[in-house]
Amino acid sequence: MSTATTPPGDPATEQVAPHRSDRSPWNWLLLIPIVVPLLVPLYNASSPTIFGWPRFYWLQLVFVALGVATTALVYRMTRRSSTERRAAQDAIARDARNREG
Amino acid sequence: MRGINAVELTIVVVLFLVVTVMGFAASRWQGGGKDQMHLDEWGLGGRSFGSWITWFLLGGDLYTAYTFVAVPALMFGAGAAGFFAVPYTVVIYPLVFLVVIRLWSVSHVRGFVTPADFVRSRFDSPTMALLVAITGIVATMPYIALQLVGISAILKSIGFSGTGLAGDLPLLIAFLVLAIYTYNSGLRAPALIAFVKDSLIYLTIIVAVIVIPTKLGGWSHIFGAAATKFAAPAGAGVVLPATGQLGYATLALGSALALFLYPHSITGVLAASNRDVLKRNMSALPIYSLALGLIALLGYMAIAAKTKPIGTDGNTIVPELFQQTFPSWFAGIAFSAIAIGALVPAAIMSIAAANLFTRNVYKEYLKKDATPRQEARVAKITSLVVKLGAVAAILFLNPQFSIDLQLIGGVIILQTLPSVALGLYTRWLHRGGLIAGWVAGMVAGLWMVYEIPKLNPDKTVARAHFGGLGFDTKTTVYAGLLAVLVNLVVVLVVTAILRAMRVADGVDGTADTDYTAEREDPTVRDLPDPLASTPPGLAGQAGLRR
Repeated sequence: MSTATTPPGDPATEQVAPHRSDRSPWNWLLLIPIVVPLLVPLYNASSPTIFGWPRFYWLQLVFVALGVATTALVYRMTRRSSTERRAAQDAIARDARNREG
Repeated sequence: MRGINAVELTIVVVLFLVVTVMGFAASRWQGGGKDQMHLDEWGLGGRSFGSWITWFLLGGDLYTAYTFVAVPALMFGAGAAGFFAVPYTVVIYPLVFLVVIRLWSVSHVRGFVTPADFVRSRFDSPTMALLVAITGIVATMPYIALQLVGISAILKSIGFSGTGLAGDLPLLIAFLVLAIYTYNSGLRAPALIAFVKDSLIYLTIIVAVIVIPTKLGGWSHIFGAAATKFAAPAGAGVVLPATGQLGYATLALGSALALFLYPHSITGVLAASNRDVLKRNMSALPIYSLALGLIALLGYMAIAAKTKPIGTDGNTIVPELFQQTFPSWFAGIAFSAIAIGALVPAAIMSIAAANLFTRNVYKEYLKKDATPRQEARVAKITSLVVKLGAVAAILFLNPQFSIDLQLIGGVIILQTLPSVALGLYTRWLHRGGLIAGWVAGMVAGLWMVYEIPKLNPDKTVARAHFGGLGFDTKTTVYAGLLAVLVNLVVVLVVTAILRAMRVADGVDGTADTDYTAEREDPTVRDLPDPLASTPPGLAGQAGLRR
């Protein structure tokens, strides 16, 4: 497998590019809001109703909140240090300045 | 026949003019003052959009006017099954959370503008790239045409009932104006207009979910009316029948897998300035899903309000509900929300299709040494042609044709999943395997969709072919998902065979570090000289390729 993959022959890139990883155990949490909304028997019923809404409707809208909470948590737990994020912002500002003139 | 409602028309025209001025002014917004004659500028808005702009842009892009009209129409006609739009737009963000940031990084390091650029470079296969480009264009075209269906539902409700050229004239003018400012301002135009679109949409929904249930006697009454409608004779009321559950889940999952393969979604992703922008948006975009869920229930409100669609056009159900329950001035605002909501995705889709044609057909096959300036010019003209094509499709063909094509669009765009999405994670897949898999998935998908009959409510066959997306075996499953499984199996088997036979698999134009590159890295290209007219892939390696 690895022998078939030809590494790119760009030495400049190889030397300057920082080696990073997106791997994190926190990422596994993302499976929850992918799997739960697809488990139809969980919500395919009328009762209990809330404010007149059958379960089918209110529970699926609750899953929206589940999705938001999970992605927000994973982002908070895996995001880079504030120094690194500031470096990214600086790079954006630098490019914007270059473009202006 | 009622006449044209002057109040509604005035409000829609005034807001349309405001948006038009913004569309032209957008060319100077977000650092766009200098030079638009570069695909990174015209086609990706300078790749500089922050969190807020990206939220509005992607929201305006993914949740189209047609969705806002068709989903409640589906709820009105078919009941609970129409609610699949909610789980679909919930699972999508955690699903692509880690994927889009890899695509963003590799595209910013290598200067990719389209998903096909990536495939070409990753798998060293102009053929597979061409297939990805063609699939993208074919899937996008009917989607653009459908935005016109959204506008025309509004026009009908305002009272334009003319047939022939006179009846189509407002539609033609609206799209012509859109085409011109998109030509002028590129992706910055829909990005700026999306602010207006979404503000109007949210305003409309908040008012609608407060005012309409109050008028109709509460939510219990609304769901009760829907339950009564769908109870007879053997329906399941407001939940899914037992046989519909797998179809519901697979349609939601398959649609979610397809959505970020669409070229217009990828255009929105690549326009972001930063990885963090995308990650934050994966948490913020579901707010639109909440809105979509409430919009879907407008279909039930229409049942409770005993709203009748105009003629046989089910898509007029939401405009007619607004017409019935709102005073004219607010109906005008709601109509503007939908009409402007059609302009934003139509603009982004035509830009995405233009980028694909320019990078992966024009530059690849027609003029290899095209300068960035020539690329931008070709893309701008292509975006005009694409929009004219969409207008022609709506004016001269039965709109049902576009609706059917758009349904099939989801099935065919899914066939680019192995090369575009899996390609971000592995280089093991062989270009020959990917091509074979695409062909197999395409054939399987189209065959299944062709075999699905359209049934009348009493289970008699209304139309023998292209009747829907649920492929009936013992139980109904989304055809697109089955087709992409066929595709994957063929990709794996053919790859294994080709690898065993030691067939050359080309040079990977990307490095492992590309996929995790951050904005401040030296490898991320400085703007505005990224493409520099090298083929997508390694600069200075052009001689090595092919």
